[in-house]
This record gives sequence, structure tokens and C-alpha cells, in this order.
Amino acid sequence: MTASNGSLLSVKDLRTYFQTEDGTVKAVDGVSFELKQGETLGIVGESGSGKSVANLSLMRLIPDPPGKIISGSIMFDGRDILKLSQREVRDLRGKRIAMIFQDPMTSLNPFMRVSKQLMEVTQLHLGHTKEQARAHAVKMLEHVGIPDARERADSYPHEFSGGMRQRVMIAMALSCQPELLIADEPTTALDVTIQAQILEIIKRLKAETGASIILITHDLGIVAGMTDHIIVMYAGKVFEQATTAELFERPGNPYTRGLLRSVPDPTDEQGKLYQIPGLPPDLAHLPPGCPFAPRCERAQELCHREFPPYVELTPGHFSLCHFADEVFAESADQV
Amino acid sequence: MKNDSQPLISIKDLKVHFPLASGSLFRRSRQVVKAVDGVSLDIYPGETLGLVGESGCGKSTLGRAVLRLIEPTSGQILFHGNDLAHLSNSAMREQRRHLQIIFQDPYASLNPRMTVSQIIGEPLETFRLARGQAKKERVQELMEMVGLSARFLKRYPHEFSGGQRQRIGIARALAVDPSFIVADEPISALDVSIQAQIMNLLDQLRRQKNLTYLFISHDLRAIRHVSDRVAVMYLGRIVELAEGKTVYKSPLMPYTKALISAVPVPDPKIEAKRRRIVLEGDVPSPINPPTGCRFHTRCPYAIDVCSEIEPQLVQIKPDHFAACIRISAEEPEIERVAPGAAPGLRRDASSRRA
Repeated sequence: MTASNGSLLSVKDLRTYFQTEDGTVKAVDGVSFELKQGETLGIVGESGSGKSVANLSLMRLIPDPPGKIISGSIMFDGRDILKLSQREVRDLRGKRIAMIFQDPMTSLNPFMRVSKQLMEVTQLHLGHTKEQARAHAVKMLEHVGIPDARERADSYPHEFSGGMRQRVMIAMALSCQPELLIADEPTTALDVTIQAQILEIIKRLKAETGASIILITHDLGIVAGMTDHIIVMYAGKVFEQATTAELFERPGNPYTRGLLRSVPDPTDEQGKLYQIPGLPPDLAHLPPGCPFAPRCERAQELCHREFPPYVELTPGHFSLCHFADEVFAESADQV
Repeated sequence: MKNDSQPLISIKDLKVHFPLASGSLFRRSRQVVKAVDGVSLDIYPGETLGLVGESGCGKSTLGRAVLRLIEPTSGQILFHGNDLAHLSNSAMREQRRHLQIIFQDPYASLNPRMTVSQIIGEPLETFRLARGQAKKERVQELMEMVGLSARFLKRYPHEFSGGQRQRIGIARALAVDPSFIVADEPISALDVSIQAQIMNLLDQLRRQKNLTYLFISHDLRAIRHVSDRVAVMYLGRIVELAEGKTVYKSPLMPYTKALISAVPVPDPKIEAKRRRIVLEGDVPSPINPPTGCRFHTRCPYAIDVCSEIEPQLVQIKPDHFAACIRISAEEPEIERVAPGAAPGLRRDASSRRA
């Protein structure tokens, strides 16, 4: 099922660019990461960091034009997704790789009964008959905790609440027992108590099916509790990557550190909140050196001039920074 | 900050009901959305009162009703000896100078056809506070106050990022030197790093200008950070009220407990050990809210009486109020209350609200 090194997905040097009136926007610019079987990877970043484009690229869902995957490879189970035909990609999507989006209202067809939308998936990918597909759909809806699933299955999406719709999306995504589930901000549109329900469901289903998960979010609290590894993106680049425990305990990048410090911790006594100064960069007009340098409190002349190296701090822990070693050492002292 | 001074704003039994026009032409059903249903709150000068709740709980309606941007159905809003809820429109307009609002969506709340200087200057003209050169200087001063360069005076809203637009909205609110500001989800549409900037700015301005805030948010982490006291709202009612720290460390009402436990903590070690109270089901509709305690349909501690008696917000510990009949000042910990017992029932009539 997987490649010999145990990794289910291996992304190397992925570059996705968009041509705009303003010039070329390098939305994803040299992203590499690996995901092992059964692991959960968190991708964290602010809007415009490239986290969502990276994942649309994985599914080959980049609108072309204006977007284009310029280079890189995405090895999934030994095959490069970027080299597959449209037909082969379609076979993967929904079957072996499934996706949940932020807004379940816009990702469900408002004119179709929920049952029909769920049945389509398994009729297409698993060759179910209508009866089999219907039974399977009801089973999946029960599985994600929709009460009276047999009756509710024939409702339309607008008859469900936001949290229930996201459950429907999860049921649909998991219909074919995918090996990889990509969840792009799955709880951002939901209230906290509903968010807690959805995260519990994702955790439980992961334990039951052994699927690997990529969880994209801007919320550091969510990745803290859900993931094994994290990559932090900024301006289309991976700024830091590490195991979840190490990233929170000993960040080796000034951006990650700033991000961690600017989230209010409800369990902590706090005075003034740390703030990263300035604004996220304009991707069409990036400065020559480190893209974070204009906002970085420890930027030196070198940072404004030269693009930083990708430094390996401990095995598997990388940081894109001229002063990665110093930042890493400081983090150990401070925490 | 608390009971040692007179409240700046005193909300008394405020209700905002919206009639629903539904049913057929001949059989009109008289359904009503009870968005705010009997809220009493005192807001003290110089404090930030956080108002937190899930979508549909009525928190934004409450904030707007206080400023009469939505007409209250009944109740009082006392401000400097006036009852805002019963002022004439022209008298209310005069009061608006002292009462301002910052909106959630910095994209929708700024007129796209007006320059920044027009947007910030408009309230100065409306209230005849400054004209000509004085107005120009005041606008520049306001822009610097919120951290925007005066170079941007002639630009239009679309030329700014979300965080910068929110700063424009704040400058507009401050233009008339208000004493009270309703901040309705002011950071929800912003990125994490920008949220921190805006929270710090609001806090700094509050100190400088001795402002009082009603800070409305669904984000419990932000609320905890900016607020002195926190009020928790559920389906049109305040269910808990205490100092921010207290609400987080030792919440009393079961809904607050669940809400706090649902907030993810940015620390993997804590997350691994945490036991979450995961509530069943969705927030019920405010059209036909559950009888008795509105939370009883989702409450893990609910007993039969909870569906019959509507709990009042009573003081359980010093300056800590909660609306739950299953706890009382003598037995504040719901986990330790005997199964089926409702110690709050006995005292309910004697000790009343905040």
C-alpha cells in the first residue's frame, strides 16, 4: 500500500504560481514535506501563506489559468500525482484522497438531497448499486453522529445546521475509506462547542480507519491537540517544520515564536499581548531577502539582503532563518 | 472597577423580540424570535465587559439594542440619568456622541466611495465638532492615534488590508470622543498576528482615553484576554457573570464549563491531558427556546425540574453570578451536589440578580 520508507505522501519542491495583473504571485514556492501512514500533519499559516493552495495542488485542483504548478513532485503511494492523467487523478480524488472544506454550505449541492450526494460517491468509486449505496450512505451518516440518519438522509443541505452539514461532509469524505483526508479549516465556520464535536469525530474516525490526515488551520490550539507534525507556512514557503511537541516547546523560527506568543493562552495570566508588527507581505512584490524580515524583531542587514537557508536543528526539525540556531537556543532558555 | 463606583451603563430587564411573519395569509402564526430575553447588566466606567456566546445567542443584538441601532422591545438602558430605551429619536441622536460602535466586518462597514479622511471626518461634521483646518488636523491626529500614517488620508478603503480597515473603523468611532464603545466581534475577521495588534490597540486606547467597552466575541481566548469581567450568554439570557479570570478558572454554570473546556489550548502537553466536555446537539432555535432553563436540553446535569423553572442570575460566590438551580452559595460545585438535588431552588426567591 505504501512506499518502502513508510511514507504515504511525499511532496518535493512544490511550486504553484499564479499569473495576475500585478505580476507573478508565488503562492507556493518550494514546499516539501512527508506524511507517514496514520499520521496527522498540521499546516499552519495566516491568510495568503499558501497553505490552502498547497493542498489544492495536492489534489490537482488549481484553476489553470491563472494558476499553474510550475515544478515539484507529489508522490502518493509510489506514483507522482503531477504526472497522472486527468482520469487517473479523478479516480484518486474522493476515493483514496478525500477533502473537507471550511464552508460546508458551499461545498454541498443545495439542490440535491444529502442521501443522493453521498450515494454518488460510492456509486462512482466503489461501483455500488443504488440499494447498496443508500445503505452505505445511511451507515456513514449514523457513523458521524447524525440523529435519525435514515430519515434525515433525504433532507436538503439547508435543512441542516452548520455543524450537521460539516458532519455530512465528513461522512461523504470518508465514504470510500480514503487513505488520506485533507481537512482545510474544517471547523473555522463553527462555534466552539460544535468545533469540539467535529474534532472528536475526526479523531475517532482516524483511530478506527487508520487514515492519514492533513489538517490545515490558522488555529494553533487545534493543531496542538490534533497533530503529530506541523509545518508553518509564510509567504508561500515552509518557515518551520517539526514534531508538534518540539515546535511548541522549542520553536526555531522567529515567525513561529511570534505566532505562538500572539495567541492569548486562556490558562495563563497575561499582561500585554505580544504582537508581530506590520502586515503580511504582498506576494507579488516580495522583498529580496527573507520575506519575514520587515516584520522580524531580530532581523539584521543580512536578512534584508539574502534569502535564508533551511537549517536542520534536530533530525526532522527545520527552520528557514539565518539565525535558526540562535533562535532555537533562546527558545530552550525561555520556555 | 466593580461595585465601588456607579455604573456608566445600567441595562435592566432588556428584551428584544423579533416577530416572524410566517404561516399562510389566513392562518398567521404569531411566532417571535426572542433574541434578547430579559438581560440585566451593569457596565462600570473604565472597564471592558466581555460578552461571549455562540452564534445566535443574541450577543450582537444586545450590543446593538444598547445603542438603539435595534429597537428594544422592553426594558431600560440607563446612561447618565437618561433611559436610552425611551428617548426620542432626536434626543437619542445627541447621546450617540457618547456611544459608539466598532463592527466586525471591516470590509462592509466602510463606505467604499469615501476616502479615509471623509470617513473619519464625517462624524465630526455630523456633530458639528470641527470644520475646515481644525477638522483636518483632528482627522490626522486620529489616524496617528490608531497607528495609520497620515499619508493615507486620500486613499479609499479597498487600498487597505483588513487590519488597517479595522483601525479606520476605530478612528471613526473615536472621532467624537465617546465614553462608551460597543466592539462587536472587532477581531473575528482578522489574521492571528493582526488580532493581537488590534486587541493591544483597543486596550491602549481604553487606558489613554478612559473608555468603557462592551466587547462582544465568540472567541473565548480573546475575550479572556481583553475583559475585566465576562458575561456568558445563551439563547437570549446571561447565564454567568464574573471576573474574566474566575470564569476561566472556576466556571460554575454547566454551559460555561462546556464552553471553556471546548477551547483548544495552544500547548500539546495540556491538550493531551485535557478531558473535554463535549456537548450533545446544536444550540436550539430561539424561536421556541426550551422551557425552564434554556440549556437543559444539552446539559449533562439536567434534572426534571430544570425544564420547568427558569433560573435567575444569582450570586453564588462574591461577584460571581450564575443562573442554575442545581447550585447555590452553599453548594457551588455542581459535581458535588447530590444527584437530583436542586439547592438553588430554595434560595432563588431571596437573593436576586447582579
